[in-house]
Amino acid sequence: MELTSLTLKEALEGLENKKFSSVELVKSHISRIKKFNKKINAFVTICEEEALKQAREADKLIAKKAKNALLGIPIALKDNWVTKGVKSTAASKVLDNYVPQYDATAIVRLKAAGAIIIGKTNLDAWGHGSSGEHSDYGNTLNPWDYSRVTGGSSSGSGAAVSAGMALVGTGTDTGGSIRQPAAFCNVVGLKPTYGRVSRYGIIAMASSTDSIGHLTKTVWDSARVLSVTAGFDPMDATTGKNEVPDYEEILRGKISGLKIGIPKEYFGKGTDEIVADACHKALKVLEDLGCKLVNISLPHTKYAYPVYAVIQTSEVSSNLLRYDGVRYGNERKMFGDEAKRRIMMGTHSLSSGYADKYYHQSLKGRTLIIRDFMEAYKKVDVIACPVWPFLPFKFDERAIDPLKMYLSDVFTAPANVSGNPSLSVPAGFSRDKLPIGIQFMGPNYSEDLLYKVAYAYEQETKWYLEKPKLKE
Amino acid sequence: MNKYKPVIGLEIHVELKTKSKMFCGCPAVFFGKKPNTQTCPVCLGLPGALPVPNRKAIDWTILIGKALNCKINEVSKFDRKHYFYPDLPKGYQISQYDEPIAIDGSLKLKIKNEKLKIEEKTFRITRVHLEEDTGKLLHVGADTLVDFNRSGVPLVEVVTEPDFDNADDVKRFLEELQVIIRYLGVSDADMEKGSMRLEPNISVRKLEVGSWELEERKKPQTSNHKPQTFLPKYKVEVKNINSFRFVKQAIEYEVERQIGILEKGETPMQETRGFDDKKGITYGQRSKEEAHDYRYFPEPDIPPMTFSKKYIEGIEVPELPNQKVERYLKLGLRYSNAFTLTRNKKLNDLFEETTSKIKVQDKIQVTDIANLLINKREFANLSSEELYRKLKELKSPKQFDEKLLDTTINQLIGVNKKAVEDYKKGKENAIMFLVGQVMGEMKGKADAKTVISKLKAQMSNPNLKSKN
Repeated sequence: MELTSLTLKEALEGLENKKFSSVELVKSHISRIKKFNKKINAFVTICEEEALKQAREADKLIAKKAKNALLGIPIALKDNWVTKGVKSTAASKVLDNYVPQYDATAIVRLKAAGAIIIGKTNLDAWGHGSSGEHSDYGNTLNPWDYSRVTGGSSSGSGAAVSAGMALVGTGTDTGGSIRQPAAFCNVVGLKPTYGRVSRYGIIAMASSTDSIGHLTKTVWDSARVLSVTAGFDPMDATTGKNEVPDYEEILRGKISGLKIGIPKEYFGKGTDEIVADACHKALKVLEDLGCKLVNISLPHTKYAYPVYAVIQTSEVSSNLLRYDGVRYGNERKMFGDEAKRRIMMGTHSLSSGYADKYYHQSLKGRTLIIRDFMEAYKKVDVIACPVWPFLPFKFDERAIDPLKMYLSDVFTAPANVSGNPSLSVPAGFSRDKLPIGIQFMGPNYSEDLLYKVAYAYEQETKWYLEKPKLKE
Repeated sequence: MNKYKPVIGLEIHVELKTKSKMFCGCPAVFFGKKPNTQTCPVCLGLPGALPVPNRKAIDWTILIGKALNCKINEVSKFDRKHYFYPDLPKGYQISQYDEPIAIDGSLKLKIKNEKLKIEEKTFRITRVHLEEDTGKLLHVGADTLVDFNRSGVPLVEVVTEPDFDNADDVKRFLEELQVIIRYLGVSDADMEKGSMRLEPNISVRKLEVGSWELEERKKPQTSNHKPQTFLPKYKVEVKNINSFRFVKQAIEYEVERQIGILEKGETPMQETRGFDDKKGITYGQRSKEEAHDYRYFPEPDIPPMTFSKKYIEGIEVPELPNQKVERYLKLGLRYSNAFTLTRNKKLNDLFEETTSKIKVQDKIQVTDIANLLINKREFANLSSEELYRKLKELKSPKQFDEKLLDTTINQLIGVNKKAVEDYKKGKENAIMFLVGQVMGEMKGKADAKTVISKLKAQMSNPNLKSKN
């Protein structure tokens, strides 16, 4: 049995039924990382020794019939997740040798559920990017085509899950950073409702839009991880007290009769035909399952990206101030071009004399976008649309033009501006076998509903069974 | 006649003595603690750490706002104030910008004017807001060390309107504010220890002959109106005044300095100046050109706060010193005594507790307690029970050992036979000699009247004769 091609669900069943041990599961993933990471560059840190030690502990617990939700499962953490005793760089040289003294809340929960951290994954430094090209530790290659980007900023987690190097890769989604690599790597990516998963211990990018999620092979896998990480955290004043539903139970529910909104603004000019086609095909599948497709409009969509850009860069400029050269060992000149660019834009947007024109104006725009979605959810249950307007692109194709790169976020940033959850799921491939994703968005705390729709679609299509053929 | 009038507004910082810091669980009391022993990822501003506000600190800020007659905003929020300094670990301070917890208050003070008459003055409070304190820099030789124990301690800022025109009023206001804060029990408000800090904004206005008087009359007395008087185009903020002693010194020096510049026909520079307490002078620190753009924006890590009317009402202000003064005056105390007894919470507590013990039959008046406490400061260390007993003793006949007195009288009558004889012969004065002897023997612990009556009774005792 090729253990690295299992889904999380299959791996949990295999461990429970003693088909293999956690040590075997961890070893097979680590040997795959060792084999392919030199090329793909998904991991910046590998925790082999500690992972094997924990796997042995997990096997003991499994022998005692322990039933923790992720017991013995090797997972990879995006390197902007702060890990106690393990280097956490956010893929920036500014934090080149930073070893934190505490674990993020989500990590505490994952560890308590029995998950084993096998390594830290690459990203666009600080989360700044949509392609993985802004890491200070090199590009992550798309397992489906090494000449192309994985999407970003959770580039390493996308590639790691897609390439069978980890069963789960965690991420952060500030403007699309989980959904984009999910779509480009043929995996499932969840951006939960803002406040559903604690941000405590996640290196902040834009505090008001940072959503803490994960990338998995299937929808069920995603639901299992969320059931571990979700919930109120006394260390994060922005987490909600809403109860965490039984996602796995709900996702098996019927979807017939659900109304799925198709926003015209997401399918117009600027969206590649092949991407739009894949989404329409997916919607047809859902229609056949009894869903009702409803054409809707989100009139302020065109403002979503500019609003996002101003708010995000403003908060970035503030959040990066603490790396002042006094601590963490490295000076501010170590920031890469992209961080510098955002610091400058954000500082300008907040400066007196300009704040009214940019920052405060954006807050007003944000209200309009939130209202757009609220109006839409009066008419439909979920909204479906592409994740990206185009297919995975080649390295440097967009990097030379930051503005063009920024516009990659047009379909993902709106959910970050509104705070709503969004789930990216595989929706097929181009003729050249490049993955395409579709996202389902819903009202706040409707992750269960998104899982239900996505699961029904996944059961019909099973795109996750397609695996990239890796070269060393 | 003076051609200049100082215009002074105050910014006062008060460190709250909550159990934990403003945004984390570390202890807030840091004085005398080993550096960097009361820190965590939050108050060190480590990557990923997030602030969670301290409810007690918010309630106490509302309390201070109410005590200063402010309007409490039903919606309030925190903002980030950005500037670089090594004692500020996040590169921004979590503070409050445009929606502070309390606004538009006032403090009325009875102040002696030039003619030594007591007049009431009103000083308007612009706002009361809550923020976090910074770490502390320690300069050791060529090195600068940072202690983050203070980082994140709740800090309340009280801002006044520029309603002061002399240093004495400022000092009096500060003293009253300090007493209020201590009565509320929310801070030690100790200037020497830095738990209360003053930053006055000082400017001086040149007066045209006669115009000042006119303007003064136009100036509304209610707190809700902005003054119609014109403010100077510049202001100088003075920092590092860490004692009441220096408040007057710093302000008076600064006013004189500015007048000197105005006399030359120039305008003083808008700047921040430090106070050198050894030389008693202010010195330039930062000019307007270097002034910060703090780039305030709402703190995204903390949701906005809403307070219902009921919640605000539920935070009750205890009787404040100035209200106590009014009450004491009605009880018959002199103003100066009433004032003195409200200056120190401990003394006032003793006074209040002792007065509550008054029983009619003891014939003790509130004024007796006041007089005793003020005239005999050593009594201030007694418990209210001890103090009350002391008062009763002073009021009632002296207690003495009656048995000892009887023995003493018997002995002395036996020894001083001549005096006894003289008395018996009708020399009334002779008894006074005996009284003196008895009192001496009793070391004053006897009541003269009792001694006389006992002596008389004893000397007319027929048994005495038989002893002869």
